[in-house]
Amino acid sequence: MDFKPCVNINKELDIVGARQLGRTRAKELGFGTVDQARIATAISELARNIYLYAGKGKVCFEVIDQLDKQGLKVVASDEGPGIRDISQVMQDGYSTSGGLGAGLPGVKRLMDHFEIHSEWGKGTEIQAIKWVR
Amino acid sequence: MKAIKLDLDNYRKLLKEYLLTKDERALYQAEQFSKLSVQHNISPEEIIHVHIEALKELYPELPREINDSLNFLLEAMISYGLALQENHFLREKQLALESEIAVAANMQKTLLSTVKPCIKGLDIGAISVPANQMNGDYYHFVTDKDDTLGIALADVIGKGIPAALAMSMIKYSMDSFPENQREPSVILESLNRVVERNVDPSMFITMFYGLYNPEHETFSYASAGHEPGFYYHAAKGTFEEIKAKGLVLGATEHANYQQFVSHIRTGDCIILLTDGVTECRLGDRFVERDEFLQVIKDYIHLPAQDAVEGVYKYFERLQDFHLRDDFTLIIIRKEV
Repeated sequence: MDFKPCVNINKELDIVGARQLGRTRAKELGFGTVDQARIATAISELARNIYLYAGKGKVCFEVIDQLDKQGLKVVASDEGPGIRDISQVMQDGYSTSGGLGAGLPGVKRLMDHFEIHSEWGKGTEIQAIKWVR
Repeated sequence: MKAIKLDLDNYRKLLKEYLLTKDERALYQAEQFSKLSVQHNISPEEIIHVHIEALKELYPELPREINDSLNFLLEAMISYGLALQENHFLREKQLALESEIAVAANMQKTLLSTVKPCIKGLDIGAISVPANQMNGDYYHFVTDKDDTLGIALADVIGKGIPAALAMSMIKYSMDSFPENQREPSVILESLNRVVERNVDPSMFITMFYGLYNPEHETFSYASAGHEPGFYYHAAKGTFEEIKAKGLVLGATEHANYQQFVSHIRTGDCIILLTDGVTECRLGDRFVERDEFLQVIKDYIHLPAQDAVEGVYKYFERLQDFHLRDDFTLIIIRKEV
């Protein structure tokens, strides 16, 4: 499969680009419409966090082939300020109460697997996988 | 009517029925379907998906624009679905917290429990109701072999859990005082030191301590900034404020409390309370002092316990069953 792996996030419109690329990949992998919408929303959320808090970064896609299943992996990374208290941002009600949207707990719900690495002052990398059902 | 099943077949059937008949019954069933979906944590985008699939099966020639517009709707509903799940989760968390607080409140009840003593010649009534689950008011009766009765009444400014924690401290300090330390002013001075050393300066505790001596028919008392109580002259049917001055507990390291003594006549009552009683609110105004005393007067002919309960129920109703502050009221009547 010809695969353009990454979308750079520098401006708000890039969020749309990341969604578009993610949706195309999801369609190719055979995700249904509901899952496509969920993946696109998760990508939005991740890309938006980069745009709002780090200023720039990138969202990359990988197809994961395992013996019994196939999935799409979304990797969002930036070299922004990092997250000081990960437990706090992973708490329900933390970002939504401020009206910022679904937040990282939302991304975790939309996807099947979620991993976050962040270092204060160095940046953040979030990996999320959705398996084809 | 059959129980609604949560599946595509059923939804398709309902949708078809409705499209053919425009029947209210199908709409009612759709409502049931909707409730069931919420119960099972089914998100709106999934229902829209089911709708699209059902529609496509019923109308294979569905115009592309309709199909696309429904997909657009599905996309627009994703965040609602997330909010629903989050809500669900937060609700469970809230229930867990509530039951934890209920356990703590129960424990507080046990810790702070006091037995209303039976003392010859005295009729005692006491009620203390927290505004929330945990009580920031506290009263305690101390009896002695010589039939004297000590009455402690305290109120932490503020309510809820911090207030309740501070109250437990007062109770245990009092328990640790030597038994011969019964003078109201001395007790308040000792407690003042405890509070000053252990409690955050932003937290204030007011307290009243009274000691009834049946032999001399006297009531000695001192107050640490506590809401003044009332002395009821039964013969005249009038109330007199029990005046006592003193700083709230914990305000300075060394506080002195003046002690007063009153003679108690048969039939008269001592009425002690916290500001949750006098500051009952009627809409956005406080109940006036005269109104409040009139309510007490309406009930004071009853046995003391019935009287405090009657007054509480009156104010509870007056405030639409929603207390704004912890409510504590004690009535002591000298019977012989």
